Amino acid sequence: MSRIQKPEAFAPDDREQPLYADRVRVYPQAVQGPVRRAKWIILILCLGLYYLVPWLRWERAPGQPDQAVLVDMEHGRLFFLWLEIWPQEVYYLTGLLLLGAIGIFAATSLFGRVWCGFACPQTVWTDLYMLVERWIEGDRNARMKRDRKPRWNAADWGLKIGKHAAWVLIAALTGGAWVMYFTDAPGLLRDILALQVPMTTLGFIGLFTFTTYLLAGWAREQVCTYMCPWPRFQAAMLDQDSLAVSYRAWRGEPRGKARGAGTGDCVDCRACVNVCPTGVDIREGLQMACINCGLCIDACDGIMAKLGRERGLIAFETVGNLAAAGAATAAIPPGPARCAPGMAARKPAQLLRPRTYFYAAAMALIGGTMLIGLASRHPVGLDALRDRSPLFVRLADGSIRNSYTLKISERRHNPDELAVSVEGLPPGSSWQVLDTTQADPSGRPVITTRPDGLAEYRLFVTTAPHGRPEEESTAVIIRLLSPGDGAERASVGTTFLRPRP
Amino acid sequence: MANTPERDAVTDAVTGTATTGHEWDGIRELNTPLPKWWLWTFYATIAFAALWVVLYPAIPVTGATGLLGYTARGAADQDRAAQAAAAEPMLARLRAAEPAQIVANAELRAHAIAGGRVAFANTCAGCHGAGGQGAPGFPSLADDDWLWGGKLAEVEQSIRHGIRAPDDDASRTSLMPRFQADGMLTAAQVNDVAEHVLSLSGRATDAAAASRGAGVFAENCASCHGERGAGNREMGAPNLGDQVWLYGGEKAQLIRSIAFGRGGVMPAWEKRLDAATIRMLTVYIHSLGGTEAAAQ
Repeated sequence: MSRIQKPEAFAPDDREQPLYADRVRVYPQAVQGPVRRAKWIILILCLGLYYLVPWLRWERAPGQPDQAVLVDMEHGRLFFLWLEIWPQEVYYLTGLLLLGAIGIFAATSLFGRVWCGFACPQTVWTDLYMLVERWIEGDRNARMKRDRKPRWNAADWGLKIGKHAAWVLIAALTGGAWVMYFTDAPGLLRDILALQVPMTTLGFIGLFTFTTYLLAGWAREQVCTYMCPWPRFQAAMLDQDSLAVSYRAWRGEPRGKARGAGTGDCVDCRACVNVCPTGVDIREGLQMACINCGLCIDACDGIMAKLGRERGLIAFETVGNLAAAGAATAAIPPGPARCAPGMAARKPAQLLRPRTYFYAAAMALIGGTMLIGLASRHPVGLDALRDRSPLFVRLADGSIRNSYTLKISERRHNPDELAVSVEGLPPGSSWQVLDTTQADPSGRPVITTRPDGLAEYRLFVTTAPHGRPEEESTAVIIRLLSPGDGAERASVGTTFLRPRP
Repeated sequence: MANTPERDAVTDAVTGTATTGHEWDGIRELNTPLPKWWLWTFYATIAFAALWVVLYPAIPVTGATGLLGYTARGAADQDRAAQAAAAEPMLARLRAAEPAQIVANAELRAHAIAGGRVAFANTCAGCHGAGGQGAPGFPSLADDDWLWGGKLAEVEQSIRHGIRAPDDDASRTSLMPRFQADGMLTAAQVNDVAEHVLSLSGRATDAAAASRGAGVFAENCASCHGERGAGNREMGAPNLGDQVWLYGGEKAQLIRSIAFGRGGVMPAWEKRLDAATIRMLTVYIHSLGGTEAAAQ
């Protein structure tokens, strides 16, 4: 039952909270560990792919671009290695987007927001920007100290300006690389060096330079917490068995000094908070601003190792195991003694669950459909558009003619000659293709396809003067045949209309 | 601040954030403060709007065009001029080529059909119908029955100078007389000759009247329509033996045509359309399928 309470307007406490919140600046600290290493490797792979892919070459037919991955807007072609996608086949792009979406759903239900923490461009570029920031300005404490200074001296200004200059340079490279996916990369570089870049290209480079600088340099975690819709509905993907970055409160609480009695393993050193790129405290549990990057795991493990305690106070852990370990250790007083029985109460994470089966099935279905579609693509495609005005033409001798526009696509790069055949009409019917003079031995008109393009022909189908079809609307099949062996290359069904008597 | 019951009612215990007071099934709506940069972005859009009002026409008063002097009409004119300039090389090639040459060249033909389709919809479809299917009194351009000739050059001539166009001396001209209205034939003779005309396409109902009408036809009609009614394109006289009837082939319609005459008018388009457009129209009509090859 839903009920809506009237807002308690003018309640004095209601006005205490400010309408707008100040930004809390985050100064993430450098950290070392296996998660950080994995993130560096993924960062290098992602950025390497992004910057290098436009430079890959791929041998194609003469006159075709030799760029391995190219979105050719001008000619309406998408080149991906050996594939050439036409605008009519945008459903392959739809399939990719579906695969991407379901893939993220699946990854989230298995391992929490690993996409956000490891592979999202916002995270990757922010990581890169933070690295540059650390190189130039120093680590967390140095940066905080500088930002708290009432006045900056020349050195401070120098570092700040140097950092922003480096950021803008990275942003410009990012914007430039983006444009290279849409144009010939070496040619664009030559144009840039010769200062002869078209305004449109320059505009796009500028746009992506600006957004990269703004989002990775300034906005950072604000993108994840305020702009991105994904944190809002991630809860729907997570369940008892999702391995998300979690604080083992059953082990850590109550927090206290390292040598304090009756305290858990957490010494409240705040290392996990200091390294967090979004500034959250993982000890408060799963929360919207946590991007699951796992840097707090490395930070905490480092502290635990120094203290000689078990690692894994913060770990990739399921909600189910947190509850099980909590229940198993509730009777044991807080302290190192809780660790072994708590860990023993855990069960291995259940990776194969109904929802992961469902995601796998959905991805297999979509991927399989795309593969079958790609494998069964015909080099020649045929479409017949019936003239709808007039529906039919009455000729002087009383015969009836229907007119069609044939659209014949040819994927290969050499023209093909094909005979046009029309089936389904009474004997005596004939057909002509406008402005073709060629015919095969049985008198069928022969058309020529347009290499890597669409050819349009007008087809006129005429009945004999007294050989009208029985039905007002007759199903006919138009076929394209090899003139040599008569093998069918493409066909399409359409109708033939005649007047009421 | 004391933790009064009122405060609990409006503050969420988990986050410590105030709630709006809205509650659904025990779930309260948090009143999370907006980030300040969001507010500044909003102010920036207001500033952008103010700048826009100054630079671009925003006040609905004639002449208030903004500092940049932009007008939508001016921009459209520029676009059209740019398009016309871009199309000019192709139009020049179309002007220079005979219709038959355009038809023989796949590239020119494709451009001419595409441009002709638009020009046809603008200028011709009002009478001849979209797709040239025709209507009573307005000939179909898709069939193979031509009053004044169906070769490309003849079609182009008809478009340029029109049919019975009063303002063009080169217009195709002829007149179907008003045989009964002007007292040349009696009503009975008109009936007989109509029966004869029906017999030309094998549809006579009254053989006696048809044979009486043969004589009337020979005296009055054959000079234009031919002895066997096969028509004469010099005169724009239709073939009376085929299945295509411009004004209808029923007997009553034939009687009306004979008694009161016919004379449709088509404007001379040479004065209204440029040569390239007329070429494109000719080739477009050719693509409808009814035109005749030059050799025939």
